Amino acid sequence: MSALKIKKGSTSHSAYNLRPNYSDTIERHTLAVLVENEPGVLARVIGLFSGRGYNIDSLTVAEVDHLGHRSRITIVTTGTPQVIEQIKAQLGRIVDVHKVNDLTVEGPSVERELALFKVVGTGDHRIEAIRLADIFRASVVDSTLESFVFEITGTSEKIDAFAELMQPLGLEEIARTGIAALARGHDS
Amino acid sequence: MTKAMTGAKMVVQALIDQGVDVVFGYPGGAVLPIYDEIFQQNSIKHVLVRHEQGAVHAAEGYARATGKPGVALVTSGPGATNAVTGLTDALMDSIPLIVLTGQVPTFMIGSDAFQEADTVGITRPCTKHNWLVKETDKLATTLHEAFHVATSGRPGPVLIDIPKDVQFATGTYTEAQQVETHYNPQVKGDMEMITELARAMETAKKPVFYTGGGVINSGPKASQLLRELVAATGFPITSTLMGLGCYPASGDNWLGMLGMHGLYEANMAMHDCDLMINIGARFDDRITGRIDAFSPGSTKAHIDIDASSINKVIHVDIPILGDVAHVLEDLLKVWKERGAKTDKEGLNNWWSQINDWRKIDCLKFKQEGNVIKPQYALERLEALTKKHDRYICTEVGQHQMWAAQYLGFEDPNRWMTSGGLGTMGYGFPASIGVQMGHPDALVINVAGEASWLMNMQEMGTAMQYRLPVKQFILNNERLGMVRQWQELLHGERYSSSWSESLPDFVKLAEAFGAKGIQCHDPETLDDAIMEMITYDGPVLFDCLVEKHENCFPMIPSGKAHNEMLLGDADTSDAIQAGGAVLV
Ligand SMILES: Cc1ncc(C[n+]2csc(CCOP(=O)(O)OP(=O)(O)O)c2C)c(N)n1
Ligand SMILES: [Mg+2]
Repeated sequence: MSALKIKKGSTSHSAYNLRPNYSDTIERHTLAVLVENEPGVLARVIGLFSGRGYNIDSLTVAEVDHLGHRSRITIVTTGTPQVIEQIKAQLGRIVDVHKVNDLTVEGPSVERELALFKVVGTGDHRIEAIRLADIFRASVVDSTLESFVFEITGTSEKIDAFAELMQPLGLEEIARTGIAALARGHDS
Repeated sequence: MTKAMTGAKMVVQALIDQGVDVVFGYPGGAVLPIYDEIFQQNSIKHVLVRHEQGAVHAAEGYARATGKPGVALVTSGPGATNAVTGLTDALMDSIPLIVLTGQVPTFMIGSDAFQEADTVGITRPCTKHNWLVKETDKLATTLHEAFHVATSGRPGPVLIDIPKDVQFATGTYTEAQQVETHYNPQVKGDMEMITELARAMETAKKPVFYTGGGVINSGPKASQLLRELVAATGFPITSTLMGLGCYPASGDNWLGMLGMHGLYEANMAMHDCDLMINIGARFDDRITGRIDAFSPGSTKAHIDIDASSINKVIHVDIPILGDVAHVLEDLLKVWKERGAKTDKEGLNNWWSQINDWRKIDCLKFKQEGNVIKPQYALERLEALTKKHDRYICTEVGQHQMWAAQYLGFEDPNRWMTSGGLGTMGYGFPASIGVQMGHPDALVINVAGEASWLMNMQEMGTAMQYRLPVKQFILNNERLGMVRQWQELLHGERYSSSWSESLPDFVKLAEAFGAKGIQCHDPETLDDAIMEMITYDGPVLFDCLVEKHENCFPMIPSGKAHNEMLLGDADTSDAIQAGGAVLV
């Protein structure tokens, strides 16, 4: 067989800790997966999770490097430490995957999610909704005489809290983006 | 240098450039341009199978027996869906394959066109990687990359789906050397871990090598190094079903196969060892039995090229990610540099314990009366074929396990069996692939009558290409392995495990123009086997054997290695309800 040229810096050296100390507690991890932006790559990742029975709590995907043809998939998943290690190893062996980073263990990271809230109501409810939106630094991106659409960014917990407060005030619909996450500082 | 050519021609050109000499396939509308190109050249031989499943298993047999990737070519829709079992089989057993499928033209994809199927969608979970190529300019690159992906790292099947318009259109051919890839799995193991393993080997009192298909996939050098390591250390060695032949069955340190139907001494050694060195095996459930009782007292090392195999089911103490041959080379070097030490006294005690286990003689059986015991048939087959340049395939069932127990393998790549998926119907087409790779060798498929019928149409292929494959059927007129489980686990209620309405196998062979032999008498068995071996052409050997023989030893599902059943006397109440839910 003729050999192919192997690109520098592309070696899938194991970033996984091969000698972990397992416990039985369920942990929540945020994984950043850098993939080749090929058709089907998302299906491969999702198929891996459904096929092997892993959990997906949140998943976002978008191209992050147009020239380099790379997309970034951010997955929030839960499982025992052994399952989390398996998930990372399984992701790592997908041919289209360049890199798997576990933001939860690789040092501090920031996580943000954007959501749109449609709140319908008049009178006091409407005033209270606006007041709470202000406290949460949500902004109004659409309004009619009976409704608002708020835009809010923050951690998932913040968005959950906002949703809970809006519930009695006429919350009709929510659209959430899922989590985007990056390691803090540089040289991640 | 770049050249302009049609997509169809690129396919053939890339196969030639990759050193392919045979393609197993079946034509149809969506691959006609490729078949047209195949017609107009002589470098690559095309073998027309009789069913696409056969094409993929034949390619698997070829790959296993030659160490080169196997290639199959099938049409869109039903051609592709018929290939799915073979792809899954190859994925489970890490067999490098390149499967090419035709697809409806790009402008018709998604319209439910005639013979359209979402082939990349269907095969995504059963390939190592797959591609739908929508531009002729990308076809050659994809083909070259496919060979690279299939054969690097942990090998596996890949699939390229090629729409018909892409085959017709002209584009530029890219040479393999110009193709860049980011896929480059790590082959060298971590030296610190390797040193730690060497250190553990120096002090181990009860070590065992537990080897698997990864040794064979790593290439002949890996088997060579393994033999050196075993000879130098004096440690005992066992292997999984997939690893048979990586260490010679005649070797002094050989314990035989381990696992559910493995040898007593091999399983006991695994259970009692203090250092387990897993080389290219994956702690499959057929091997481990009950996980929480698996080799409780041992330090475990694991050499594997696939990070996801390490710590998947069994927690290991010394994980080494890398290719077996590379790691063994470093391990031998490090261990020798450190003085090539072992605990001689500990080892002596260990061997005397092992020799006591061997005395149980777990494979003993009695051939008496006028009915052939399947074990006896294999013992005779072994005796009469051992000296030949021999390759053995199997189907799936009791006969497969008996073949693993009673035949001896001296070299790698001589044993083709469906391990991970357990695919009935694998062996016959696989034997065709093996014979294509080794035209002068003696290729035997040890089969069960039920499995063999699953792909019996390939008799036509064997005849057409004059492939003298020997189909050695241990005919118990039962789905024997199913029947055994029903006997042990389901109160002897033999639900649909009879092979009813069997054909007359001799007449069946003759209908294809092949030779049929039937034997039911232990007295004439040797002559019949000799007749099979000496006949120059495909033979269907119908060996009528004892119908209710059980395959032992057996570790029932859900049991530990030291709870092995050795024979029929052991079986009453051996398996409790908990084990019955396991497969
Ligand atoms: C395609 C497929 N279907 C079903 C099974 C389940 N199965 C395993 S062994 C077996 C019986 C095989 O019978 P035979 O080929 O006669 O072999 P024997 O066990 O009698 O030696 C069956 C049905 C399988 N392994 N593969
Ligand atoms: Mg049978």
